[in-house]
Amino acid sequence: MTEIIVVTSGKGGVGKTTTSASLATGLAMAGKKVAVIDFDVGLRNLDLIMGCERRVVYDFVNVVHGEATLKQALIKDKRHENLFVLAASQTRDKDALTQEGVEKVLDELVKENFDFVVCDSPAGIEKGAHLAMYFADHAVVVVNPEVSVKDVEEILGISVVGVIPESENVLAASNAGVPVILDDNSNAGAAYKDTVARILGEERPLRFLEPVKKGFLKRVFGG
Amino acid sequence: MGILDFLKRKPEPSAGVAKERLRIIVAQERSTRGGPDYLPLLRNELLEVIRKYVNVDVEAVNINLERDSGHEILELSVALPDGKPVL
Repeated sequence: MTEIIVVTSGKGGVGKTTTSASLATGLAMAGKKVAVIDFDVGLRNLDLIMGCERRVVYDFVNVVHGEATLKQALIKDKRHENLFVLAASQTRDKDALTQEGVEKVLDELVKENFDFVVCDSPAGIEKGAHLAMYFADHAVVVVNPEVSVKDVEEILGISVVGVIPESENVLAASNAGVPVILDDNSNAGAAYKDTVARILGEERPLRFLEPVKKGFLKRVFGG
Repeated sequence: MGILDFLKRKPEPSAGVAKERLRIIVAQERSTRGGPDYLPLLRNELLEVIRKYVNVDVEAVNINLERDSGHEILELSVALPDGKPVL
């Protein structure tokens, strides 16, 4: 059974791609076969966060348009052989994705026995975001903590799957092209590891709920 | 020793890494900007064909599309490695 998870939020810059990269990597570390897809056509970013930007030959749009096979376009992660990245095109129009095309790619991933497909949604509620969530079994909604964890659960009616503390290590990880979950010395990495465990059905208490110093922010998301 | 540790701590070198990675990717994007979508594919396929005969590097193949008034010129250059040809 392939589980399709969309990582989404209408707002930009809240950490969707950071979260997609870390969740996909964490699931792969747990031995799952994982594909992570960048739906932000025209504004590729996932390949940079995953550190495979120089190995992109074919992208998601090429596969949707039949210009390349899925096998050719899937980039095998350098660190985990059961993790694959499908990058977004930088040059194409954001309308280059079609529902039929996306469905075909996802069907093929199901046939290839992927355990998880993580769809990194663009911000907004337009076509790209719509297609990213259309076929998903679960959604992880990334939010910034304008309100408390309790309020998020109350207002949205969805449970919190993780709280990621703001950390300088996230920036350093993005700069280096290494998902922050691989940073063993950061709270953000530890929080993502907890989150992955919860997605896999384990119960773990929420950590990092209190800011450690003034100006400290945290990200909350539920799924 | 806390204060000494603090003094010793250097800023993360990650900004430099990010700059280099971005520089490479921006140069790559600019080289293909404005061209038709098939240019990167064409480049890769040509590279595969050339590699059947000569062991050239990815960077050795250059494709340019120039637009003059009324016509376009597709320019292809391949830098062959030094030494004897393979064939």
